[in-house]
Amino acid sequence: MSAITYKTIALVGNPNCGKTALFNLMTGARQKVANYAGVTVERKVGSLRLKNGQTLSVVDLPGAYSLSPATPDEEVTLQVIEGRRPGEAAPDVIVAVVDATNLRMNLRLVLELLRMGRPVVVAVNMADVARAQGLKLDLQRLELELGCPVVETIAVQQKGHLQLVELLEARFEAYLSIQRPSLGMPAPASPEALQRDVRRILAAVLSGNENRGRFQHRLDAVVMHPVWGLLVLATVLFLIFQAVFSWAAYPMDAIKDLMAATGEWTLTQMPEGPLRSLLVDGVIAGVGGVLVFLPQILILFFFILLLEDSGYLPRAAFLLDNVMGKVGLSGRAFIPLLSSFACAIPGIMATRTIANWKDRLATIMVAPLMTCSARLPVYALLIGAFVPERTVGWFDLRGLTLFGLYVAGVLSAMAVAWVFKRVWMKSSYQPLMLELPPYRVPSMRNLGLGLWERARIFMRRVGGIIFTLMVLLWFLSTYPAPPAGWTEAQGPAILYSAAGMMGQALQHVFSPLGFNWQISIALVPGMAAREVAVGALGTVYSLSAADNAMADALSPVIAQGWSLATAYSLLAWFVFAPQCLSTLAVVRRETNSWRYPLLMAAYLFALAYAAAFVTYRTTLWLGV
Amino acid sequence: MFLSELTHGQRAVVRGLVAASPDIHASILRRLADIGFIAGESLQLLRRGPGGREPLAVQIGETMFALRLVEARCIRVELQ
Repeated sequence: MSAITYKTIALVGNPNCGKTALFNLMTGARQKVANYAGVTVERKVGSLRLKNGQTLSVVDLPGAYSLSPATPDEEVTLQVIEGRRPGEAAPDVIVAVVDATNLRMNLRLVLELLRMGRPVVVAVNMADVARAQGLKLDLQRLELELGCPVVETIAVQQKGHLQLVELLEARFEAYLSIQRPSLGMPAPASPEALQRDVRRILAAVLSGNENRGRFQHRLDAVVMHPVWGLLVLATVLFLIFQAVFSWAAYPMDAIKDLMAATGEWTLTQMPEGPLRSLLVDGVIAGVGGVLVFLPQILILFFFILLLEDSGYLPRAAFLLDNVMGKVGLSGRAFIPLLSSFACAIPGIMATRTIANWKDRLATIMVAPLMTCSARLPVYALLIGAFVPERTVGWFDLRGLTLFGLYVAGVLSAMAVAWVFKRVWMKSSYQPLMLELPPYRVPSMRNLGLGLWERARIFMRRVGGIIFTLMVLLWFLSTYPAPPAGWTEAQGPAILYSAAGMMGQALQHVFSPLGFNWQISIALVPGMAAREVAVGALGTVYSLSAADNAMADALSPVIAQGWSLATAYSLLAWFVFAPQCLSTLAVVRRETNSWRYPLLMAAYLFALAYAAAFVTYRTTLWLGV
Repeated sequence: MFLSELTHGQRAVVRGLVAASPDIHASILRRLADIGFIAGESLQLLRRGPGGREPLAVQIGETMFALRLVEARCIRVELQ
């Protein structure tokens, strides 16, 4: 909270009305994304400077179909507008954003807002699209009918928000001074009554093309086709995975080289001692090992944002609804689960669009089984070290192995969801009610802002939790130092350290899975976040090596040191293990109880242990 | 008749909402109305999902929604 509190305007509108694009246009990169206290609903605030030097706070409220909330998102929107959220004053002015091409639906919410008796400005967005469709809108008449100011905006154009800003500049103070009669909360109007008013208003303000097509039905005939549609979906998903692995290679190599060079340079610049070891073995080997995966994460998010912005994702959910229904999930679960391939945290947060609590809980419970990008470092390391580079038909064996791991995650999620819904949380009805918006060309500006946001979150993790753990692990693996008179022949020095002892103790638990003490140590900080395990292995092996081997050389080291069975077993472990405290924390916040995160951790650990055990024994038995 | 009985491409007008099964609570009917299934509004059944049963892609007014059969059975319509 800053010391100065600005006057606030809040953007309110139906989902898919272009509200967030308008928000991005008004505030640019001057925005902060956080959560509303106690709920996982995103709180987006930015600032807007007016010509008179005044600064306004702009809040982008979650999209809502009406003021009778059906989801946690809508509940928050209503609370904020009414000034009922603790620590959050009611906005001074409400900007109701409406989609000019769909006033029939959007105006109902505007009428509801007006009934609350608060200052409202209506922004008729996508005015350009409406004109292109041959619609004629009489804005002055609309202003008269609604009894509040109306302006036109085009959120996808550089200057599309200026009319709104000018209106705010000219009349903002005037709005504040208007003493609206305090009505209290009016009784909610019935949708029928609201729609009667909407029809009357539309008859007065709207003219032009009666039979315009808002939807691209020809495109939908392919994209939503039972056969072609599924083919398109498979191709899209395949392309995404292909891109994540092939395009990312170059920037990843660049980051790796940079880290290696930094390590070498530090080695030559500093005298040998604990500080140099901390920097090279702890910070550079550990943090660098994780940083390498930034390009892959960004590419994955790029595609997810692209699909989201274009309007394709709900179509994919439409196609997969049947399959999802078979295991007891809603088609709506597709979007959160797809996001979980990038990271389970936004995925779990996206489940808030699922109104039914049991459906939502089932989706949350299986979200961590989707192969998130934090597993990539582990998979990439192990596959690189143990799976030979060989082609199988058209495919690369390494790519196939990775694909297999993704499939294993999806299949187990389906199985778990099925068991979950059949055995524990019986509910036969799962509503869908999913809007399929018209296709839109994604705006590069929004994509850029979205990616920037993701990169920032990842870098904060690398700089925060991962850095801290790496430094801590270095201390634990360096001290206590081996006793006087110790020689290299008695084993690596790290065995005497706290981490070494911990690893040897844990080995009793993990040896049935074929894990050695180095892996056992790495799994401990890896509890905080999966990718940390790779950095931790880097640090452990780097410290136990006689010369200062870099994390870069980790792959050949483990390729020599581990059996194939151990490697496969560790891969199986990572398919299931709930090694991400942030995910568990989000589940705690989302479900408002410790019960579900604990249950999640327990069932995932049990699955991980069983899967790793079976994999280890089977590989040994096969003798490969 | 109900929305669930329409064939692909058929147009109809909403006549009202009825809870068709015990799973349907008042809040779900309210939601259907909130998203636009209001008496007097015209709709068109565009297509159904793979398998030919559900979900149903319905254009209501100027909006397209995907519904499952359970919801579609609650929407009473009259052919246009």
